[in-house]
Amino acid sequence: MTDMTIDRDKLRDIYTRTMRVARADEKFRSLLMTGKLAVIYYTVRGQELVSAAAMAALEQDDYLVTTYRGQHDQIAKGVPLNPLFAEIAGKVGGTCRGKGGSMHITHPETGVMVTTGVVGSGLPIANGLALASQNRGDGKVTMVCFGDGATNIGAFHEAMNMAQLWKLPVIFLCQNNRYGEHTAFADHTKVDSIVTRAKAYGMTGVHVDGNDAIAMYNTTKAAVDRARAGEGPTLIEAMCYRMMGHFFGSDFSYMPKEHLAEMAAEDPLPRLRQLMLDHQFTEAELDAIVADLDAQMDAAADFAANSPLPGPEEIRKDVFEEEIAA
Amino acid sequence: MSAQITMTQAINRAIDEAMAEDEGVILLGEDVAAKQGGGVFKISSGLTEKYGEKRIRATPISEQAIVGACVGAALAGFRPIAEIMLMNFVTVAMDQIVNHAAKLRFMSGGQTHVPLVIRTTTGVGVGFGGQHSDMLEAWFAHVAGLKVVTPSNAADAQGLMRAAIACNDPVIFIENILCYGLKSDDPGPGHVVPLGKAAVTREGSDCSIITYGRTVLDALEIAGKLAEEGISVEVIDLRTIAPYDEATVTASVQKTGRAVVLHEAVKQYGTGAEIASRLNEKLFGKLKAPVTRIGGAFSAVPMANALEQAWIPNKDAIADAVRSAVNWKG
Repeated sequence: MTDMTIDRDKLRDIYTRTMRVARADEKFRSLLMTGKLAVIYYTVRGQELVSAAAMAALEQDDYLVTTYRGQHDQIAKGVPLNPLFAEIAGKVGGTCRGKGGSMHITHPETGVMVTTGVVGSGLPIANGLALASQNRGDGKVTMVCFGDGATNIGAFHEAMNMAQLWKLPVIFLCQNNRYGEHTAFADHTKVDSIVTRAKAYGMTGVHVDGNDAIAMYNTTKAAVDRARAGEGPTLIEAMCYRMMGHFFGSDFSYMPKEHLAEMAAEDPLPRLRQLMLDHQFTEAELDAIVADLDAQMDAAADFAANSPLPGPEEIRKDVFEEEIAA
Repeated sequence: MSAQITMTQAINRAIDEAMAEDEGVILLGEDVAAKQGGGVFKISSGLTEKYGEKRIRATPISEQAIVGACVGAALAGFRPIAEIMLMNFVTVAMDQIVNHAAKLRFMSGGQTHVPLVIRTTTGVGVGFGGQHSDMLEAWFAHVAGLKVVTPSNAADAQGLMRAAIACNDPVIFIENILCYGLKSDDPGPGHVVPLGKAAVTREGSDCSIITYGRTVLDALEIAGKLAEEGISVEVIDLRTIAPYDEATVTASVQKTGRAVVLHEAVKQYGTGAEIASRLNEKLFGKLKAPVTRIGGAFSAVPMANALEQAWIPNKDAIADAVRSAVNWKG
């Protein structure tokens, strides 16, 4: 049974992380809508809480590997907003000097080691980070996030098998948002849930409502504790919804009306707000958290807008350790 | 006569030395641990006994997972070595190599890097057929962020392996099955051959043969024969294919005025095209003959020995290419 109790400070932490993700996502969309940003952006609307609750169970120096739809994971893990916004805008003040963009955010200080634009490729890499921790005995845990769409690529299966074989301290967090690009879950996978696949590798698998803050946090925490104790990996299937199209601005008329209605009813943001009120947080307290975050978003957007564009010399840097000749 | 060492012993020694110096050097690959015999070609023989199964990890047959795990460990500060049993199997791991190992330094703006060596072997002439014999070096040389190395002799194999493990960027290290038993004078412990430096293996004045890997042996044999005809051949062993040692190659061809580029990989779109093109750009007007290329036939590598021998760059053809260059009348 999942523990359904939670510490109030942890709940506040989860709320703050969730709203930091949500307000950043809304800011990105508003910058795109008003033409202040013109980049590809994979909105994380609907997946804010699943990340926030998961990352709240990790330490800052634990490793994270995520995917192109990963801004929620990065922000919830703690990547500072100014360089994150600048990176998405392709500016030199970005985490990666504008050379990575939203699909390739890297920020080792907060443990964000890889964001990959290739579906499923993060899982084998996460194993390697976890292997390094296992050999060093440094107690770190690696989490790798991916969607349901990633579970039908070979890398998923190779990585799951290897992780269990070597009892690596890694957590496979499948954020099942019900769609792989434009294809609904039932049209790409015959089994009812991803978690059934854990059994095929002898791995512990847990199915959880990703929009239930307490269940999501406690499930992740249990997996983190197991991994730190040397008991091996866990596959977590966290159910959630991708509440917009594949990328921002893309058509999602392929989603049936019933799905859209179900999705709206399960929106994690009002649900979390209610949970907070149920735990005696006041409206004023919660509004103050959001107001503070909004000020941070405005500052980050300004920072990104004012950060210079990278110069052409950047093309010759970081190809190898030594700069290549002009 | 000084002590001799085989290429197998040389590569084993280089890995052994690196593992003794740095706990972060680990080896992952199919069958590589003692329990499985130390690898199909015995390169890791004796290493499990010294360094344990946490550092010498025999893996499932999962090339993506092997290379991916090495990429991840490298990001965490290790210096992993991935053994991919045969070069054709590297194709299974191309996403990890091309999209990740090669690009993470750049895409992260230099925040992370991938000090990874992918060791693999291949070679035409042992009857393994189309899926166990290819030289695919040009594929990797085409990708920004990868270094590509192939030794032609045991001493270089030892020294290049040490340099590859010490390199802070990913290195594709190509061994040739037919070269494992070749002996060199023992270079002794601690031998390092820097990456990116070609060797002038034989000096000459009439024509340069630019090559690497096993075909260096063919080039040296032909150079000896042509000397009897009064043709002086210079043999350049690139050792590192990428980055390309333009200074050494250009200087050689500037001196001889003629060049034949020789490799075992198929000629079409091969490294020979790149080298010939660069020579043309640098030395147009100074060349006494067109730069020519010799490579494998444009087919899958055949199994039957008769076909395999017809496929592989032929020593007579190499000699004829040099003679044609020397006798070129325009």
